[in-house]
Amino acid sequence: MEAQEIYNKLERQFPGKVGNFHGDVFDPYLNVDARSIVDVCRYLRDDPETAFEVLSDLTALDLPKVDSLQVVYHLYSYSKRHQIVLKADLPRETPSVSTMEGVWKVANWQEREVFDLFGVMFEGHTDLRRIMLPEDWIGHPLRKDYVEQEEYDGISTQRAPLVEKLLR
Amino acid sequence: MSEAAAPQSEVFHTEDMTISIGPQHPSTHGVLRFVVRTDGEVIKDAIPDVGYLHRSIEKIGEKCTWHGYVPYTDRADYLAAMFANQGFCMAAEKLGSTEVTRRGEFCRVIACELNRLASHLISVGTFGQDIGAVTPFLHALRERETINDLMEEICGARLTYNYIRIGGVGYDITPETCGKITVFLDHFELIVDEYNRLLSYNKIYIERLVNVAAITKEEAFQYNLVGPNLRACGVKWDIRRDIPYSVYPELDFEIPVGNGEKGTLGDCYDRYWVRIRELEESCKILRQALKMIPKGPAISKVARKFKPPAGEAYVRVEAPRGDMGFYVVSDGSEYPYRVRIRTGSFTAMAIIDKLSRGIMVADLIALIASLDVDAPEIDR
Repeated sequence: MEAQEIYNKLERQFPGKVGNFHGDVFDPYLNVDARSIVDVCRYLRDDPETAFEVLSDLTALDLPKVDSLQVVYHLYSYSKRHQIVLKADLPRETPSVSTMEGVWKVANWQEREVFDLFGVMFEGHTDLRRIMLPEDWIGHPLRKDYVEQEEYDGISTQRAPLVEKLLR
Repeated sequence: MSEAAAPQSEVFHTEDMTISIGPQHPSTHGVLRFVVRTDGEVIKDAIPDVGYLHRSIEKIGEKCTWHGYVPYTDRADYLAAMFANQGFCMAAEKLGSTEVTRRGEFCRVIACELNRLASHLISVGTFGQDIGAVTPFLHALRERETINDLMEEICGARLTYNYIRIGGVGYDITPETCGKITVFLDHFELIVDEYNRLLSYNKIYIERLVNVAAITKEEAFQYNLVGPNLRACGVKWDIRRDIPYSVYPELDFEIPVGNGEKGTLGDCYDRYWVRIRELEESCKILRQALKMIPKGPAISKVARKFKPPAGEAYVRVEAPRGDMGFYVVSDGSEYPYRVRIRTGSFTAMAIIDKLSRGIMVADLIALIASLDVDAPEIDR
């Protein structure tokens, strides 16, 4: 199925919830209202025409210029061999979206990673803990305005450049 | 029965035991840890604890130029560095609409398939070692050493290659090296049979693996297992054939799938057996590529200040640990806006918690080895 057809289908099924379709890019994507992202994904998985069996990737994009944090879902269908990219815009201050765990189990770990590195809250997630960084780490490193804490656990995270040290 | 059991449990006080396996444990394939709750020998749950090898490769991507990031991708999975090179370069080429020379494509295929052999040898070798057979590991590493030597001839490095560049490959493969690879293949194709004698048809080995932690097709989709782990569940899916890239459509090769050879479909043995047969297929691809490699430049002309137009691309390559995805966003500047590496090991780790319930501690080790998870690739 072409991306355009998938979009038309979604527009009929979820009027007003999907929009901003880009079909002329390398990987066509569309925006979905953050509150209905789970319903849209469940529909795409269960509908026999779309049959998106897998969530290939779940990640995020920090866009401070437009004050938005986008959660990006890459869906793929093995049986139909088509792909679609869904994006959910969230406010940067309080990014929060429902968990995709109920649709694809793999979302559990992928959402933990996005929570850890971007600070997106996934409502209804069963085990929302940091995954890469220590539990008591401050901040979310993949945000564009992230500033690393000066020390962690009494160990400095800064280091003077070696050359300058030698010159002294 | 229940009446008799009740007083006994009062006499013998029992409680679950929590053990920590790793982070420095030979069977965890790098630095990762499991918190295992057991009832005697039976596991109640095994919670993976990852992140020990997190080097924020994705964040580094935002600070490097497009060309400058290629060596960092090596480190995403240092057992199969070539594939991360290729994934990132393909994403950059897609964004910048850059052509790759035909000879460059063949050089890529040759280097990648050699790397796949090396990676699968580690996988198969450590698999044996983890469940108690040390000898096959040494046999596997011996062959891998030769591959490393060949790699050194091709690109000057043995582990982190930085060979594939945007637009082609860094160095051309010389005819002498091609000859050496052919000699190696003549030798190696017979060696695969040695592994079969040592491991595949070994009764102890088979008994340890069959019917252990079988994964169904539906579970594999739910947890997005990829690569050999997915194929072991009976799904004939290989990015090289199904979402073709490079010159793979011109090459003739089979896609081995699991068929429940000795036990259940999708058990540990199937995952092992798929990898062994992939060794043979990689040899086949190498022979064809060596024959077909055309003359010409190995790399096309690419601007030193590579600035792809704003946009985003998602690219998949078939790495030894499955579908490696690169989601790269450009804002038209000299630096990538965002680089996301989606790896097979990460999603494979997510399924361990589910599969480990109710199996023996020794089987957990076989399960981890059979999924071929690799700590640097999980944590990135």
